Amino acid sequence: MQNFEFHRPKTVEEAVAALKKTDGDGKLLAGGQSLIPVLKHELAMPSALISLADIGGLDQIAAEGDAVVIGAKCTHAEVAASDVVQGAIPALAKLASHIGDPQVRHRGTLGGSVAHADPAADYPAAVLALGATIKTDRREIKADDFFTGFFETPLEDDEIVTGVSFPKAEKSAYAKFASPASKYAIVGVFVAKTSGGVRVAVTGAGPKVFRVTEMETALDANFSSDAIKDIKVSADDLNGDVEANAEYRAHLVTVMARRAVDAANG
Amino acid sequence: MGAIGQPIKRKEDHRFLTGRGRYTDDIVRPNQAYAHFVRSPYAHAKINAIDTADAAEAEGVIAIYTGKDLEGIGGIPCGWQIHNKDGSPMAEPAHPALVSDKVRYVGDMVAIVVAETKVQAKAAAQLVAVDYDPIDAVGSIGAAIAEGAAQVHDDVANNRCFDWHLGEKDPVDAAFAKADHVVEMDVVNNRLIPNAMEPRAAIAEYDVSSDMTTLWTTSQNPHLIRLLLGAFVLSIPEHKLRVIAPDVGGGFGSKIYLYAEETVVTWAARKLGRAVKWTADRTEAFQADAHGRDQVGHARLALDKDGKFLGLHIKNKANMGAYLSTFAPAVPTYLHGTLFAGVYTTPAIYVEVEAVFTNTAPVDAYRGAGRPEATYQLERLVDKAADQLGIDRIEIRRKNMIQKDQFPYQTPVALEYDTGDFVACLDLALKEADWAGFEARRAEAKSRGKLRGIGCSTYLEACGIAPSALAGALGARAGLYESGSIRVHPTGSVTVFTGTHSHGQGHETAFAQLVADHFGVDVDAVDIQHGDSAQTAFGMGTYGSRSLAVGGSAIVQAADKVIAKGKKIAAHLLEASEADIEFADGKFTVKGTDREKTFGEIALAAYVPHNYPIEEVEPGLEETAFYDPKNFTFPGGCHICELEVDPETGTIEVCNIVVTDDVGRIINPMIVEGQIHGGVAQGIGQALLEGCVYDEDGQLLTGSYMNYTMPRAADLPMMKVGNHVTHCTHNPVGAKGVGEVGSIGVTPAVINAVVDALKPVGVKDIEMPATPQRVWQAIQSAQG
Repeated sequence: MQNFEFHRPKTVEEAVAALKKTDGDGKLLAGGQSLIPVLKHELAMPSALISLADIGGLDQIAAEGDAVVIGAKCTHAEVAASDVVQGAIPALAKLASHIGDPQVRHRGTLGGSVAHADPAADYPAAVLALGATIKTDRREIKADDFFTGFFETPLEDDEIVTGVSFPKAEKSAYAKFASPASKYAIVGVFVAKTSGGVRVAVTGAGPKVFRVTEMETALDANFSSDAIKDIKVSADDLNGDVEANAEYRAHLVTVMARRAVDAANG
Repeated sequence: MGAIGQPIKRKEDHRFLTGRGRYTDDIVRPNQAYAHFVRSPYAHAKINAIDTADAAEAEGVIAIYTGKDLEGIGGIPCGWQIHNKDGSPMAEPAHPALVSDKVRYVGDMVAIVVAETKVQAKAAAQLVAVDYDPIDAVGSIGAAIAEGAAQVHDDVANNRCFDWHLGEKDPVDAAFAKADHVVEMDVVNNRLIPNAMEPRAAIAEYDVSSDMTTLWTTSQNPHLIRLLLGAFVLSIPEHKLRVIAPDVGGGFGSKIYLYAEETVVTWAARKLGRAVKWTADRTEAFQADAHGRDQVGHARLALDKDGKFLGLHIKNKANMGAYLSTFAPAVPTYLHGTLFAGVYTTPAIYVEVEAVFTNTAPVDAYRGAGRPEATYQLERLVDKAADQLGIDRIEIRRKNMIQKDQFPYQTPVALEYDTGDFVACLDLALKEADWAGFEARRAEAKSRGKLRGIGCSTYLEACGIAPSALAGALGARAGLYESGSIRVHPTGSVTVFTGTHSHGQGHETAFAQLVADHFGVDVDAVDIQHGDSAQTAFGMGTYGSRSLAVGGSAIVQAADKVIAKGKKIAAHLLEASEADIEFADGKFTVKGTDREKTFGEIALAAYVPHNYPIEEVEPGLEETAFYDPKNFTFPGGCHICELEVDPETGTIEVCNIVVTDDVGRIINPMIVEGQIHGGVAQGIGQALLEGCVYDEDGQLLTGSYMNYTMPRAADLPMMKVGNHVTHCTHNPVGAKGVGEVGSIGVTPAVINAVVDALKPVGVKDIEMPATPQRVWQAIQSAQG
């Protein structure tokens, strides 16, 4: 790990200012569950880390109208244990309860996960399937516009995610096929039926989280696992590695989507 | 009640569980410097030039050395010489500690950077510019033996290390000629990365005033390291080289060997006159710890019309990696070929093994070492034979099993088994696993959409490689005895010095129980010391489940000497004839009287010899014994696995593990159970989870925990561990060994269960590890 400056601002504004000063070479540190391994392996060597630890107000969970707004600093364990989340979107609480391991869940944060946009992370599936809105220090970004590529988002170098607003779902569930080694999603499918219709989002399988519109249309007509049992995604654009090739991942998308629908139907 | 057989909590666990263990990396020497190694990113490349100028200028750098600086010191030696079928010795290419001509695997070392801090050493290492000229690599056995394959070593034709055989071919050919059935199959023993919790580390120091070099290293056998390093590599006389293996966090074989890193660190410390420390990071552990298994083979079994085994022919190929590690050639030969009788009466067996070099990390013994490979091959073949002949899997085993009245039993592959009761182990395991009730559980699982299977293995293994004379005749370049010293203190407390080494096995407790029981003293009055070559008589260390059977026997022999001397002292004090003195329950008694002296009183008399037979007996009470085993020991038993497959995803859930082992006399049943738990976890790891993969270019694809799957608690069911004990007949402890039975016995049981589960969907075989993808693919191709 290379040396870096360390800042501990008290407000979002100060954090933005500190980021600006690094000229794109600084990194925000929240729970550090992705960033610290990246630093240790020297995959990134930022000149400065700006810790969010002392910034208040980003760790609230609240129901606001038809949505649940979760502060960026909320840990996965806090989301999993939240009465508000469990009541409004139980699938989201359950998803959070299966991220990584207990250590990761007690350090890692929602904002960190979303901003990092790891293609195998769990949260992006929920954000995209629920049609959530990502709140930053300067704007709101719709989920459909947020995950633009492999570890890629439209966030500016000095922009800070402050929270995510998740619309409540009539029915939703997340089914994950985890890597036996890393426990990251090889395929994770989040299915959500909201007032805006059914959305199906897949994480782990491709270079970024993506929707399966063919399944969404079928489920809009008939919200049952039978409706999608013969719908296959193409293996062409999917990931392949030692643990799971693209063809296997494509197969698992259908299996996990069916299981998510069954779980959503209780 | 004696201490033997009690489930006493481990004495060492208090310091381990409270973070007070003292590992190599915890050792801090005055003015110590830090080393970082420059390793090859290529599997195979010529080195045109190494430019260290920029690195030498970097902050904190003390010295940088390359292979040229080490010229004149010996290469890393191999501890075992195998001979080819024609009697010629194996190919034994040079293994320089730092390579100068070409790199031969990813992780091969070209330079050491020594700096004031660890961070500085690492940063400077990145500035060492090595001009590589990559050449074609051979990343697997198949690639190594292919026509026109790249040569790993210029002086080793066809990449062949040796072409070895065991047993007689003619009787096997005759058996096949008269056979009613022939069953054959290809078997792959997957490559594994050991992954001890503590990565390897070394810190070396040279003291000018005493001309003494001290190396602290993560070793399972510090004396062997001292012998190899001192006598064969660095030319340091052994009385001027001290090797200490302090607390070591797991070895599983990977810490037996003399490695290049500790060699270069020791050389650099002497050169610089400063302590030099190196600790591997996890990536280095993945790349450069000696790996395990990696064999491919073909097995043919000849049977008569009733399913009786007539002959067995094994033709295997083993991967040695890029260089010969210390014990590597012994693993696929004498630790492997000798096992093919298993628990069966097969009258004719012929084993052929060809070993090859590849552009991968060296491969050596890993928990079980050769015996898991043989057991897996044999037990898969037996299941396949049952299937092919339409005989029940248990019945075909019973039909061919060595019966308990047949011991001692001479196999056609060199070993003579002393004792065992395989049928009893099988029966106990079947009962405990409710084998008879399985079909109902299969049907219930089917109603839930799951494929349930059950499998067993009836295995035997050979521990405590022995005797030394035999091992020497087979190619071992060292003896395989063990030392034990007992120092009784004046007040009767006891310090025991053993040449074995404990790195998780619980010797500090089990050996204390052995001695406490022998002397009739409290377990807490006995302390076990190990791991320091300056303190302990020359010993061979810990591997091959040898510590209790061989090291424990040496301790018992030393204890017997203590008692013999104590009787002389007691005879004098009690004014009786030595022949009339009996020792039991911690007391020396004159036979038939109530006149007695306690163990402590005798110890005190030995050190305060006022009233003492000084003309006949020296003062003091301290004895040393060396024990050379008369034979291998033969643990064995039956392992049963029951599991469920999710046919949609290929995921396997292990539902039940039942093991019934005969590990010989048990000193501490809790430690025995723990050893079995750990071994079974690693055996399940090989079967279902762990698979080291190199690509065609020799790049390590599974170089981290992101895709190399270690068994976790959640992957394992509760295990039912049972025993059916027969005592080893030829050592004074009666122990056979327990360290490896789990990783030897359970692996074939798991795969036999997977194949049983998948039988209804047409799958006949599956390669290890049976990962979800592999299971799903097998189902897809079977259903075509």
